[in-house]
Amino acid sequence: MMRHLISAADLTRDDAVQILDTAEEMARVADRPIKKLPTLRGRTICNLFFEDSTRTRISFEAAEKRLSADVINFAAKGSSVSKGESLKDTAQTLEAMGVDAVVIRHSASGAPYRLATSGWIDAPVINAGDGTHQHPTQALLDAFTMRRRLVGRDAGLGQDLAGKRITLVGDVLHSRVARSNVDLLHTLGAEVTLVAPPTLVPVGVETWPCDVSYDLDGVLPKSDAVMMLRVQRERMNAAFFPTEREYSRRYGLDGERMAKMPEHAIVMHPGPMVRGMEITAEVADSDRCTVVEQVANGVSIRMAVLYLLLGGNDSDSATPARTEESK
Amino acid sequence: MTMSKTLIRGAKVLGGDVQDVLIDGGTIAEVGTGLSAEGATVIEADGQILLPGLVDLHTHLREPGREDSETVLTGTRAAASGGYTAVFAMANTHPVADTAGVVEQVYRLGKESGYCDVQPIGAVTVGLEGKKLAELGAMHDSAAGVTVFSDDGKCVDDAVIMRRALEYVKAFGGVVAQHAQEPRLTEGAQMNEGVVSAELGLGGWPAVAEESIIARDVLLAEHVGSRVHICHLSTAGSVEIVRWAKSRGIDVTAEVTPHHLLLTDELVRSYNPVYKVNPPLRTEKDVLALREALADGTIDIVATDHAPHPHEDKDCEWAAAAMGMVGLETALSVVQRTMVETGLLDWAGVADRMSFAPARIGRAQGHGRPVSAGEPANLTLVDPAYRGVVDPADFASRSRNTPYEGRELPGRVTHTFLRGRATVVDGKLA
Repeated sequence: MMRHLISAADLTRDDAVQILDTAEEMARVADRPIKKLPTLRGRTICNLFFEDSTRTRISFEAAEKRLSADVINFAAKGSSVSKGESLKDTAQTLEAMGVDAVVIRHSASGAPYRLATSGWIDAPVINAGDGTHQHPTQALLDAFTMRRRLVGRDAGLGQDLAGKRITLVGDVLHSRVARSNVDLLHTLGAEVTLVAPPTLVPVGVETWPCDVSYDLDGVLPKSDAVMMLRVQRERMNAAFFPTEREYSRRYGLDGERMAKMPEHAIVMHPGPMVRGMEITAEVADSDRCTVVEQVANGVSIRMAVLYLLLGGNDSDSATPARTEESK
Repeated sequence: MTMSKTLIRGAKVLGGDVQDVLIDGGTIAEVGTGLSAEGATVIEADGQILLPGLVDLHTHLREPGREDSETVLTGTRAAASGGYTAVFAMANTHPVADTAGVVEQVYRLGKESGYCDVQPIGAVTVGLEGKKLAELGAMHDSAAGVTVFSDDGKCVDDAVIMRRALEYVKAFGGVVAQHAQEPRLTEGAQMNEGVVSAELGLGGWPAVAEESIIARDVLLAEHVGSRVHICHLSTAGSVEIVRWAKSRGIDVTAEVTPHHLLLTDELVRSYNPVYKVNPPLRTEKDVLALREALADGTIDIVATDHAPHPHEDKDCEWAAAAMGMVGLETALSVVQRTMVETGLLDWAGVADRMSFAPARIGRAQGHGRPVSAGEPANLTLVDPAYRGVVDPADFASRSRNTPYEGRELPGRVTHTFLRGRATVVDGKLA
């Protein structure tokens, strides 16, 4: 296993499958009356959040606590960062306090990579979302959700997503979720199609391992999973699209459109959803929509990542979930 | 100035025949073979290349205002180390060099340094704000004698202001040096827009934001019959536009930086802000087009855009980092690597692109002159066989933000003479 988790592109197929398999074992913990493993007892993990994100922060915190780690939450607001302290000094302060791993969310693309490679600190770094670059645990939990739904919970063990047709719809340009998913899904053998208005597709997309379409209705019948990306209303002020209604008409998913998808196909969303914009309430609340499952799976995936990055380093740590070969 | 004599023995003048050059006081007394060394300090050039002192049309000396990153003294020491005898100091200081008072201050500091002549550049608009013309005439008439005007760091994006500036400076032979960057197209821009920016999720700085301004400005220059200079041209498309403009007889000149001749946006994958610069590093295709354009004269000169920044402004995440690279002390080596060793330019060509032409564009008195008897002894002796690894700790600049740290680059300036006085001897500041 690697030392840091910075980008979904850094994961090999076997790394990714191992994380998904480990997450299945972690998910079983959630079914127990006492949802806790002693694996990371005595280890301290800092959730270093320079950007507001209640959902991702809580998900990491739940994962850390279920592995018995000590958790420090550091939010940039109200901290020394708002008084002008640099990322370097913040990181070194945390390391001096004996932090064993840093989970970082930052509005600047590349900040986690800098933290991991600049020599500022020694601790493993886990990227919890950086700017418009990467959000690898989101891609992993999405892949986990797809594998469970499209391959099967038990049948999926050891398997990738070969041949699955995945469609991502929405603001690709500003989306770290899209970048991470394209990388990981390609590694796992899926066929990815991006659908967006041309204004929300980055210049340079032609080298990505995926197709690009501007025609949602044409792509839906050929999709095993459709992931709707959040589209911020403010984007229309920068002329990315004319109005919210026009966006919805051309790229939003409503019940009528959902009916064009194959029967087995699922609807996904990384949250938070903008109901009425990229997704209607009818779709969001339907059985085919996996939004709530994705949240639950997020905890399992983050437990797996923390376990694999940190659990193997300490001989004292109990490892009930996996045996030696998983390290 | 002591009236001592120096004999440079056995130098390839502009890379040509081996000759001796006798300096007497501030002037080249004689150029020939077998010159007498009587009463002279002898420098055995041993086949090294003798060039006219280099002239940089685009340097940020940071004083006044950011003396923590560079001062006129440290910047001119860096310039001398790099073989320069004259630098043009950009106007984006604090306060901005938009009045006769500030340009005279910078000019005076240059005189006091003694390492390199400093010719201040004046701002085109008050406070670089692009709204109101600065007192261009007053800056020209001042002791600093400003002839080059630039809002560098910012584009003069208002077409009317640009037109008026181009027209106005004709009265005293001035030139406007444009930082070509359409501001709306580059809001939030962090790097070249293309394949790499798409992957890294960094805001794109599209080539068209530079090219559209250059296209507009060459047409404006044609319309009002003025000359215009394009700063740090960075794209293949810009080359095409300048080539077209020159073919129409438009009075346009253009510069390219050493880093745009060597480095590409692939380096940004490291997220190391030492590669963050404006305009940004472009693609391999652009790099090759820029080299070709410098070779065929479409691009007239190499200018460093030497942009010192304190360590903390680069030791951070990419988005928070300052844009710019130091360049005075590595420029000639990068040009040797990218232009001479590739066969695109000979040393006479280097002399033209780094001394004759920039002096001509900036109207620098006594610089960019031929290496011949009676001319001012502004000279640079280069050992092209030298190979060394760039160590920023060796820099005379106060700042260390070089993209070449740890890279092997060819060539070394062994001696620099400013009006006959050695500012660099055996590769060390005198």
